[in-house]
Amino acid sequence: MKIGVIDYGMGNLYSVEQALLRLECEVFITADINTLDQMDGYLLPGVGAYPDAMNKLSEFGLDDYIKDLAKTNKPLLGICLGMQLLYEDSKENGLTKGLGIFKGNIQKFDALDSQQHQVRIPHMGWNPLSFAHQPEWLNGLEKEDSTHVYFVHSYLAQNTRQNEVVASSTYAGHFVPGLVQKDNFTGMQFHPEKSGPFGKYLLAKWVQQVQERRDRL
Amino acid sequence: MLTKRIIPCLDVKEGRVVKGVQFVSLRDAGDPVELAKFYDEHGADELVFLDISASHEGKETMVDVVRQSAAELAIPFTVGGGIRTLEDMKKMLRAGADKVSVNTSAIERPELITEGAAFFGSQCIVVAIDAKWSETDDTWMVYTHGGRRVTKWTAVKWAQEATRLGAGEILLTSMNQDGEKSGFDIALTKAVREAVSVPVIASGGAGNAQHFYDVFTQTDVDAALAASIFHYKETSVKEVKSVLREKGVSVR
Repeated sequence: MKIGVIDYGMGNLYSVEQALLRLECEVFITADINTLDQMDGYLLPGVGAYPDAMNKLSEFGLDDYIKDLAKTNKPLLGICLGMQLLYEDSKENGLTKGLGIFKGNIQKFDALDSQQHQVRIPHMGWNPLSFAHQPEWLNGLEKEDSTHVYFVHSYLAQNTRQNEVVASSTYAGHFVPGLVQKDNFTGMQFHPEKSGPFGKYLLAKWVQQVQERRDRL
Repeated sequence: MLTKRIIPCLDVKEGRVVKGVQFVSLRDAGDPVELAKFYDEHGADELVFLDISASHEGKETMVDVVRQSAAELAIPFTVGGGIRTLEDMKKMLRAGADKVSVNTSAIERPELITEGAAFFGSQCIVVAIDAKWSETDDTWMVYTHGGRRVTKWTAVKWAQEATRLGAGEILLTSMNQDGEKSGFDIALTKAVREAVSVPVIASGGAGNAQHFYDVFTQTDVDAALAASIFHYKETSVKEVKSVLREKGVSVR
């Protein structure tokens, strides 16, 4: 099964590539649309600033390509900034329009919490996810599983739709969407490739549904 | 709610793990990648590799250690030691490190912090501070060059300045406590923790699981780091976490 890691020049793709290889995926790190067409599923990574990422995506014509995946129904997983790009817009360094697949806006954590205490930004470390829904590809998730995942981010999705947020965490009084899902699009604000056994489990389940979808065709 | 992080530190010299007691007398404790994998599988939340190689070959070997670790580990890790330029940062982060830590080089040229943060984001830039109590100054002073040279900075002021310049995390080592195994330096940790708004890692002095409980309950520090007690199996990450969990400290 072929996973295309969308390479638009942002961030380190090595760890995520290795994590996919451990799950026995064939991994193609590319921005080439002809190569991407051959893939069974996509991973949209990203570390860095939102405006740069959107500029790079549109330079490569990848913004429209990703939006059009809604038609082909091939699964795409956005990780960290890659998830944020799937939202309507972001206030990181000015207002930038995003891909608009999920409803909501990306904004910075407030500097002060409700008790006027200074909030430590970035939200960095291990935080448990609470699941509000269970998408089909996550069947078998047991309540007693430890759901800690590793987050590193200063911006978060707000004004989200309840039915699109599968799992969330809480930080400094904020509701932090962690795992989001709409049709064939999945987003993870945390880093599954850095999230120990539970991260491996989530990534393996996502890869498994890509495989199952391909096998059905 | 974020959990408290437990971080084993691997001092690496010429590709092998060593641990200095009070920065002198080194003992060999094995292959860094194997040891890192062991800690990952046994519940470590994060790892720090500190490269103390003197030779050019040793430094190049460290890039291989980082690359192999990035392929094998499912937890984040930081690389420090000998990172002097933006190019050094790029080399380590591109090899797969999640963060780099700078110490002496950041004191000598504080713009390095800003350059790194601008290029990679603050979350990738850790500033490591070695601090020692000074009776004359009545506070903790910052030392560089592996603890051999005192600077004009107090630990609190430098932590604040480093954060202002773009540091995303402070790795705070008490030189007084390092290697003593009598517990973390609570007063130092508290002072720095309260002075900055980025995460702080307490380091130096861990001798048993109770010491982790003490630092997490007597200060609001985010993470605690130890080396030799883990390497020589005097305690384990699992044991530390089970003690913390029993006593109501939130851990993964």
